[in-house]
Amino acid sequence: MTHPTELTIAGARAALDRREISAVELTRAHLDAIAALNPRLNAYITPTPELAERQAAEADAALARGEGRALTGIPLAIKDLFCTAGTRTTAASRILGNFVPPYESTVTANLLRDGAVFLGKANLDEFAMGSSNTSSAFGAAENPWKRQGEEDTFLVPGGSSGGSAAAVAARLALGATATDTGGSIRQPAAFCGIAGIKPTYGRCSRFGIVAYASSLDQAGPVARTVEDCAILLGSMAGFDPRDSTSADVAVPDFAAAVARGVKGLRIGIPREYRMEGLSPEIDALWQQGMAWLKAEGATLVDISLPHTKYALPTYYIVAPAEASSNLARYDGVRFGLRENGEDLKDLYERTRAAGFGDEVKRRILIGTYVLSAGYYDAYYVKAQQVRALIKRDFDRAWGEVDAILTPATPSAAFGRDEKQDDPVAMYLNDVFTVTANLAGIPGMSVPAGLDAKGLPLGLQILGKPFDEETVFAVGGAIERAAGFNALPTLRAAA
Amino acid sequence: MSYTIEGSTGPWEVVIGLEVHAQVTSEAKLFSGAATAFGAEPNSQVSFIDAGFPGMLPVINRECVAQAVRTGLGLNAQVNLWSRFDRKNYFYADLPQGYQISQYQYPVIGTGQIEIDLADGSTKQIGITRLHLEQDAGKSLHDQHPSKSYIDLNRSGVALMEIVSEPDMRSPEEAGAYLTKLRQILRYLGTCDGNMEQGSLRADVNVSVRKPGEGFRTRCEVKNVNSIRFVMQAVEAEARRQVELWEAGEEVVQETRLFDTTRGVTRSMRSKEDAHDYRYFPDPDLPPLVLDAAWVEALKAALPELPDARRARYVGDFGLTPYDAHVLTLEKETAAFYEAVAKGRDPKMAANWITGDFFAGLNRTGASIGSSPVSAGDLGALLDLISDSTLSGKLAKEVLEAMFETGKPPAAIVEERGLKQVTDTGAIEAVIDQVMAANAGKVEEYRSGKDKLFGFFVGQTMKAMQGKGNPALVNELLKKKLG
Amino acid sequence: MSLDTATVRRVASLARLRVEEADLPRLEAELNGILGWIEQLQAVDTQGVEPMAGGGAEALRMREDRVTDGGIQEKVLANAPDRADAFFAVPKVVE
Ligand SMILES: [Mg+2]
Ligand SMILES: [Zn+2]
Repeated sequence: MTHPTELTIAGARAALDRREISAVELTRAHLDAIAALNPRLNAYITPTPELAERQAAEADAALARGEGRALTGIPLAIKDLFCTAGTRTTAASRILGNFVPPYESTVTANLLRDGAVFLGKANLDEFAMGSSNTSSAFGAAENPWKRQGEEDTFLVPGGSSGGSAAAVAARLALGATATDTGGSIRQPAAFCGIAGIKPTYGRCSRFGIVAYASSLDQAGPVARTVEDCAILLGSMAGFDPRDSTSADVAVPDFAAAVARGVKGLRIGIPREYRMEGLSPEIDALWQQGMAWLKAEGATLVDISLPHTKYALPTYYIVAPAEASSNLARYDGVRFGLRENGEDLKDLYERTRAAGFGDEVKRRILIGTYVLSAGYYDAYYVKAQQVRALIKRDFDRAWGEVDAILTPATPSAAFGRDEKQDDPVAMYLNDVFTVTANLAGIPGMSVPAGLDAKGLPLGLQILGKPFDEETVFAVGGAIERAAGFNALPTLRAAA
Repeated sequence: MSYTIEGSTGPWEVVIGLEVHAQVTSEAKLFSGAATAFGAEPNSQVSFIDAGFPGMLPVINRECVAQAVRTGLGLNAQVNLWSRFDRKNYFYADLPQGYQISQYQYPVIGTGQIEIDLADGSTKQIGITRLHLEQDAGKSLHDQHPSKSYIDLNRSGVALMEIVSEPDMRSPEEAGAYLTKLRQILRYLGTCDGNMEQGSLRADVNVSVRKPGEGFRTRCEVKNVNSIRFVMQAVEAEARRQVELWEAGEEVVQETRLFDTTRGVTRSMRSKEDAHDYRYFPDPDLPPLVLDAAWVEALKAALPELPDARRARYVGDFGLTPYDAHVLTLEKETAAFYEAVAKGRDPKMAANWITGDFFAGLNRTGASIGSSPVSAGDLGALLDLISDSTLSGKLAKEVLEAMFETGKPPAAIVEERGLKQVTDTGAIEAVIDQVMAANAGKVEEYRSGKDKLFGFFVGQTMKAMQGKGNPALVNELLKKKLG
Repeated sequence: MSLDTATVRRVASLARLRVEEADLPRLEAELNGILGWIEQLQAVDTQGVEPMAGGGAEALRMREDRVTDGGIQEKVLANAPDRADAFFAVPKVVE
């Protein structure tokens, strides 16, 4: 039989039900892989082998009683932005280096309810701010993929959910939780050759997730197949009265939608995403995606989303503004790092200077500035207005199309030392993904091909609010058509 | 004569506006399910939300919103069906989130009005600018350790109503009357207990001075004044300070100050210096607060009668003097007590007894309406004993005194002490006969025209009856016997 | 709009971030780079456009007024860098 770490979530659940493998065996295979590869990949900040063993044993007991649930015995990585009761939660920041939450996030509680096994806390950009996972206070995570002929070049897994994506791609977990504020699920999924979906804002509860930018943050899964993403999202999603922005809508059977097909669907191709300087490889992949969907019976519709090019600058006002306020609670008084000072103000300043990394400080300063007296209208209100226009673009598009197809990223994974000098160059990574966060709509990245150097590339599907089912249907069709089966260089049992 | 401060350059007018923070009466906090009760163990009524822990999110308490709406209705104010919560960002040891959730641009309650009552019997309208909901901060204790401040977050997240007045007040008396009236309305509504000692009601006092006829000059805000008397003193002290500054050719600097209650002066507040750029923006964790018009109407319909309406009813329906009506409606508890006593009885008689002997009894025993040894039911029963002639007014006073001392009902005291008024005409006639026999000379004088002696016979008869003769009967029977 | 050194210092103070003098020029350049790039938003015509605050619901859901939380003193204090009995402790604050 296939090596346990090569299973899909759907496959593993079936194998567990048929007693072809036990949950403890499945978990141990992953713990062994983590022990072997994590020192290199640094995909996990905090592996939790004892917890995983215990949960796996409980899963076996539940299966023996015939009480298996959707994820019973499935080993997952948890982005270290989700608070997990009794397990250190760092947000990849020095300031939370020793923080052990006494509470569980709603999303992880939902996964535990459904029987999941937690292998550990996955690496990320500090406070989820970044597109490379290089800003983690616990060191960068490494992309398990290598450029052909450049096996020594350290490639980033993307970010901020870089640890989650690297872990899943390298077979150190069957799936992982992630969060996406400007592309932090979809970009690392694309960089690591796996699938990932950011659902509609309000679909997953934000309760217990360390906040970056509250009006944009949304949890979602990464996994190696579209169906696995659907299974995970089905468990993670759901109304939560503890989050005032959580949507009180039913959770449909996402997994059932994956095989639905695209016959008769109208797929929008937004002309503004064909940006100046778009790489020919990315463009070719996009054309290929269109051809696949057309061949499967979808109609392609040329659409316009005129404010697309303003999405990134809008994001870099809204997100830092909210972050500057959300991160004010890290002050060294009630939890986390404290650096002593002459007086309280000095204590705050020293604590926060020592506790936050450069990118976090940059965004706090930008956010503080755009909200400060005299600049609020010119920056913040202006950004909110442009955000409204971006949403309006999509609202209009939904009159014409059922889903939208775009590239996921402007390039394949890049080297750790590339793009580090210019923050704006780094920000451009999210150019295709950030619109979905601003508009609150679902977006999914599906691996669809390789670039000339053998690195994975993804296509993005955007959908209507709370219509993840159509997104899964289109994603499933692309996955089937692409037949993506390339494997990363670094992986368990390879 | 309007209030002015006499300076060396002539009279100065004082301009006062108040920002009152009123703690909303509710079981749980504004955005968390932790309790609000006063006096709990430090940090025992704190949720992770109140302590600003990572990933914690606010969810609003419906009753706190209802209380704000009730208060707005009670202040004759505009209820905004669409309002929003903003974050006010600043760092402070007892502000766990690093921001206060408040309402800045779009408050739940807009403009309204309060009528205040002044000592000379006149009234004045004071404008309400707005009322908004916000979170309270925690409490810093500075006197527990030589080099540290201690933080208790029990108050953190408790709902406050910030009620902002227009700068319509012109004297310490008006500021005091405004706060008194506001407190009275809040207590009637049951939206704030008005307890200033426990900090349920705190006032920020904005004071400026000007020459009569001028526009506004620079104001200073005296923070967190916690009694009506101190508000009046703070206005006076701050106004005098400003007059002295202006007259010395100096400038008043806009700043926040504290009132030093022992020295009776205001002083600059150093800790607030840096906090003037609050970077307000809409709280992204909270969608807008949208109220259902029918819900607001239902709250309005269920509103209790407010002091002004009640006072008017006491004058109009019960025939009380405006003064008695004012005194009886000052406190909701007093008015309720009065109405319980007056129900089914002569309302004026009830008012006289309450404002007279009953209040005197409370004073003497140091009790309040709530802790009164004499219940409304017992006081009513006492009035009934007067009405049915069981007790004379004079005896009733005695009985009431005994009621205060013993807490017993009037009937028991009358019984015990044998104070029951004698209404048996035979018994009274027998006493009168004795009195007349013993004073035959005086009877002659009376009958020959010395009418004034009638009082003497009444007195003698009552004395012989130890005061228990029914005065009306004694009079009537004496007249008949003396001829 | 571009930031000068004094503004960077003031913003850092507002944000309670200690910045070493030596780092100010670098920060100033980085922030100006970002702000210069953001400046392109001024080209968008937003006349009469209602600002969009959040991605979520149209209206707040309200919870009932019941005590459902608190009474977790030990858990609330467990992560404190400096605690004194049942209090959090900080350097003395002068008001
Ligand atoms: Mg104030
Ligand atoms: Zn306030």
